[in-house]
Amino acid sequence: MHAFSYVKARTLKEATDTLLAHSEAKLLAGGMTLIPTLKARLAQPTHLIDIGGIEALKGISLKAGQLTIGAATRHVEVANSPVVKRAIPALAYLASQIGDPQVRNRGTMGGSLANNDPAADYPSAALSLNATIVTNRREIVADDFFQGLFTTALDSDEIITAVRWPVVGKSAYEKFPHPASGYAMAGAFVAHNTKGTRVAITGAGPGVFRWMEAEQALGKKMNAKALEALQLEAADLNEDMHGTKEYRANLAKVMTKRAVAKLSGK
Amino acid sequence: MAKVELTINGKNHCFEVEDRTLLVNLIRDHAQLTGTHVGCDTSQCGACTVHMNGEAIKSCTVFALQANGAQITTIEGLAKNGKLHPVQQAFTQCHALQCGFCTPGMIMSVAGLLKNNPKPTDEQIYHGLEGNLCRCTGYVNIVKAVKKSAELLATQKQSR
Ligand SMILES: Cc1cc2nc3c(=O)[nH]c(=O)nc-3n(C[C@H](O)[C@H](O)[C@H](O)COP(=O)(O)OP(=O)(O)OC[C@H]3O[C@@H](n4cnc5c(N)ncnc54)[C@H](O)[C@@H]3O)c2cc1C
Ligand code: FES
Ligand code: FES
Repeated sequence: MHAFSYVKARTLKEATDTLLAHSEAKLLAGGMTLIPTLKARLAQPTHLIDIGGIEALKGISLKAGQLTIGAATRHVEVANSPVVKRAIPALAYLASQIGDPQVRNRGTMGGSLANNDPAADYPSAALSLNATIVTNRREIVADDFFQGLFTTALDSDEIITAVRWPVVGKSAYEKFPHPASGYAMAGAFVAHNTKGTRVAITGAGPGVFRWMEAEQALGKKMNAKALEALQLEAADLNEDMHGTKEYRANLAKVMTKRAVAKLSGK
Repeated sequence: MAKVELTINGKNHCFEVEDRTLLVNLIRDHAQLTGTHVGCDTSQCGACTVHMNGEAIKSCTVFALQANGAQITTIEGLAKNGKLHPVQQAFTQCHALQCGFCTPGMIMSVAGLLKNNPKPTDEQIYHGLEGNLCRCTGYVNIVKAVKKSAELLATQKQSR
């Protein structure tokens, strides 16, 4: 690992100031993605700004139909939170399926969203529910936030402070985990309310995306059978040693059907 | 270089480390507690699992400086007054180790699992040990040992 200077930020202002002062600085939250990246020498920041201890970035609260979760809230806290379990059970379930217990004890929601790994779990929930990503400067809706492979709308010196999740209707998440890492080979988050149905697919493509045909079909009939005749276009999907494009297209469909069945009981 | 103050197995320590020093290297090289192993160094195998403020974490994927002020428990900290911890007893009784390389991390994970869920089902045991790899046992006896640990911990609680 290359050498760097470690800075422990006590407040958001301290973190922002340090980030602005050093063009090659990077934020460190749970470190579950960044530390392996540094070990592989895939990044060479001059400074690491540890935001894991900033109290203002932590916590879970429910107010006026919005579930607000601080960016530095760890996966284990989301998975076990009675508030999340009551408001959006699918989100608590999703968090309980990330990686393994040790990873969930460190990794954070903000880190996962900022990283936007094409096989990460949270991005699918955020896109499906159209969550709002709150930063130190502005609010970004999920529709505008995710921009493909490891790319987001965040500026290099921007910090996610919280995520606001609308609490409406029903939702469900199903993934086929990679047997070694737990990352999604394909995962589907389905959200349904009076305004309509949104289906977000992770793991299958170069970034999280909405499966519009499935949304239309489910809009008519909220039933796993409604998806039977559909085929997810395989051309743009990922292909690697773990599976072909066609395999992932099918897996994404199977996960969507399972999520719909879980959500609708049909 | 920077200073880290932390507690390991109830004892206060203060070390000078490089900013990039990993917690596992602090534990093994600075505190000279070599029970915690490094298997993969890529966050996969769980051999480096220790407890940080009571929670199981992979010490190869935490910087020593992130553990400033923390309470760390390693495998050396489990036995009390020369008596093995119930999870350690269960592992020996159930033959849950062969080469033993994964064992310190495995035991720390099991201790973490049982703290949150004192009576796990088989499914919960598999899910709870997903962060630990064993190349020898085939896991069958490890799962047995988790159940035995749960029994031993329950009787220990009753007798107190
Ligand atoms: C063995 C293993 C298995 C895993 N399995 C899964 C899995 O199944 N599903 C899954 O989704 N993930 C998985 N992960 C990844 C895990 O969820 C990470 O915790 C997460 O991707 C990153 O969160 P972090 O807090 O650890 O971020 P870090 O590693 O600290 O940071 C990641 C990136 O985000 C930036 N960042 C962090 N916080 C902020 C913020 N508030 N604002 C702006 N930028 C920020 C950092 O600068 C860095 O570039 C796994 C990781 C490991 C090691
Ligand atoms: S050595 Fe830390 S997970 Fe393998
Ligand atoms: S006993 Fe050998 S790796 Fe587990």
